[in-house]
Amino acid sequence: MAEKRKKKLGIKQRYSMLTRGLGWDTTYQPMDKVFPYDNYEGIIIHDWEGWEDPFRLTMDAYWKFQSEKEKKLYAVIDSFAQNNGHLGITDARYVNAIKLFLTGVSPLEYQAARGFTHVGRQFRGVGPRVACQMQAIDELRHVQTQIHSMSHYNKFFDGLHSAPHMHDRVWYLSVPKSFFDDARTAGPFEFLTSISFAFEYVLTNLLFVPFMSGAAFNGDMATVTFGFSAQSDEARHMTLGLEVIKFMLEQDERNIPIVQRWMDKWFWRGTRMLTLVGMMMDYMLPKRVMSWREAWDIYFTEAGGALFADLARYGIKPPKYADIATKEAEHISHQAWNIFYNYTHAAAFHTWIPEKEELDWLSEKYPDTFDKYYRPRLEYLDKEEKAGRRFYNDILPMLCQVCQIPMGFTDMDDPTTISFHSSEYQGNKYHTCSHGCKDIFDYEPEKYVQAWLPVHQIYQGNCGGAEVPDVLKWYNFNLGADNMEYQGSPDQKLWDEWQAHRKKA
Amino acid sequence: MSRIVSITLQNNDDARPIIEAIEKDNPDATVNLYPAMVKIDCDGRLIVKQETVEGLLGREWDVQELHLSIVSIAGNVDEEDDYFELSWNI
Amino acid sequence: MSVTSIGKYEFEPLDNQENFHGNQLTYINWEQHLLFCAPVCLPLPPEMPFGTLVKEVLPGVYNKHPDYEKIKWDDVIWKLDGADFTPNMNASLADNGFSHKSLVRFWTPGLDGIEGSHS
Repeated sequence: MAEKRKKKLGIKQRYSMLTRGLGWDTTYQPMDKVFPYDNYEGIIIHDWEGWEDPFRLTMDAYWKFQSEKEKKLYAVIDSFAQNNGHLGITDARYVNAIKLFLTGVSPLEYQAARGFTHVGRQFRGVGPRVACQMQAIDELRHVQTQIHSMSHYNKFFDGLHSAPHMHDRVWYLSVPKSFFDDARTAGPFEFLTSISFAFEYVLTNLLFVPFMSGAAFNGDMATVTFGFSAQSDEARHMTLGLEVIKFMLEQDERNIPIVQRWMDKWFWRGTRMLTLVGMMMDYMLPKRVMSWREAWDIYFTEAGGALFADLARYGIKPPKYADIATKEAEHISHQAWNIFYNYTHAAAFHTWIPEKEELDWLSEKYPDTFDKYYRPRLEYLDKEEKAGRRFYNDILPMLCQVCQIPMGFTDMDDPTTISFHSSEYQGNKYHTCSHGCKDIFDYEPEKYVQAWLPVHQIYQGNCGGAEVPDVLKWYNFNLGADNMEYQGSPDQKLWDEWQAHRKKA
Repeated sequence: MSRIVSITLQNNDDARPIIEAIEKDNPDATVNLYPAMVKIDCDGRLIVKQETVEGLLGREWDVQELHLSIVSIAGNVDEEDDYFELSWNI
Repeated sequence: MSVTSIGKYEFEPLDNQENFHGNQLTYINWEQHLLFCAPVCLPLPPEMPFGTLVKEVLPGVYNKHPDYEKIKWDDVIWKLDGADFTPNMNASLADNGFSHKSLVRFWTPGLDGIEGSHS
């Protein structure tokens, strides 16, 4: 390789040609009127040129690599569909994780595309503007490829037919939806702190990495491939998150307390949303890669520890309540599964009691807590189900005003007692599930009094009718197919038939 | 105090020479195998050198081809024409 | 503290009591019985006697639990909105101090849930 072709410009110069000199200072309108959103949050920027571009992907390289990723992905999607890839998954119970992903996570990719398109307009600095615009394109690609990959399952399994409709209406999907609504209605710097930093840098590994690895372990070639294809963009997005934090902190020390508060808030909101992922990992993957506890130790305690040690030089502390979140890693997946087990009649996926070997795995992974607090309940519910008395909770739950999850989390030092917090604002009571959610409410009560809490909306008569079946129809559920226990579901019957055919063959 | 920087790559044919190059250039790195992916951890700093990857591949290799195989990273990024480096300032 | 915003920021709360057709929201939790994953939320008329809540509403919420029929109601310990509370069974919820979005928690001493697991 002696005669290697040298490019005329180095990578930094090439990227600088793309991102600098494209903007200009306006003359017949003041800059503050053209960019009205980038200073009202209190973040002070002295020099937009101080923005360091972490990845320096120019447009030509971007299109080249993205098209290569797409070609690879579509080769796999086609092959998966042509070869009846759904027959190769470990068990039909696994598809319920895909249902939750399609209705809960993929619409967030679209929300992210909207959010980054918006903030990509609002920064007067060209560096962050270009980075946000490229990310907006990535996010749109993610939602499209995810819907396309998972559409194969929709040909055979229930609950996958109305993801965007459900995302806007169904009670548990208000958890991820309200998370992104909260971020998109904040200013552009808070949006980047929430999505790019707290969610993508600090927490996204917990969502995508163990989950995609889990999909691989369970024979789901389609999900592995869209997951890794999306994740290859995610590495760029993560660096945007870290860069925006460093940029704000380096520009002015008055930015530090604002950034710290946003980190505290969005770390907590993110961990609450990831409860759903913890539950997928511990309960919904028939073959398990690692427990939620182990994933938390690797991706938050270890990786986050180094990150916050790095940021300490700016005066940034690890997020408030990180210690509580670490204690929660022992409990939340079990508590969340119980919530969905209670209300599976109102969910667009199935739940079940894990089989004996699966319970043993949980006992082994959670030696201090599972046998003491959770296993007896699951074994009791199993007996009830086998005796024809499958337990459902008939009354709608109380929700947290901020994270909107049913108030099923306990005090982590007292795992048999629900954690209750409340605030008064303008003569009304507001209830929250944790110190983290209460702090968020108390700082901006005007924002959270507007929360569209599904249970309260149902009681106000805004969700299709007064009876549960009316509400479920308003959700677009196929009753008796999308919802209820896995045992005896059409999904299970179909899967068992396929397995019987396979044995005969 | 953890100072681990980390890169996670897909475990496929495109990534294997990159993984091998990382092991060569970062003798202290730990390679963790997971289904479908490889997570490589290293204390404080980790480098991917173009020259090493090209030597293993036997062809020119643009450092940005890393984008095709990368799954996740932890650390501050420094990307240049001939290397890609992750580090913490601790 | 308050919202940092680009202009005036005043919005009606979505859950004002007048939106609930004459009812007020009441949250109820049976402590140490986590078979029921979370407290429940019910719209109840403020004029409902507390005794009606206990005799007619609670069975529909909790009687699937094997401990339910063992409850000795005279021994139950109540808390309303965080404070110790001795209900008057004949008085209305409102006269017992319940307001919109009140939380009532009750403990049933001696009953520890499934296999003593507090479920």
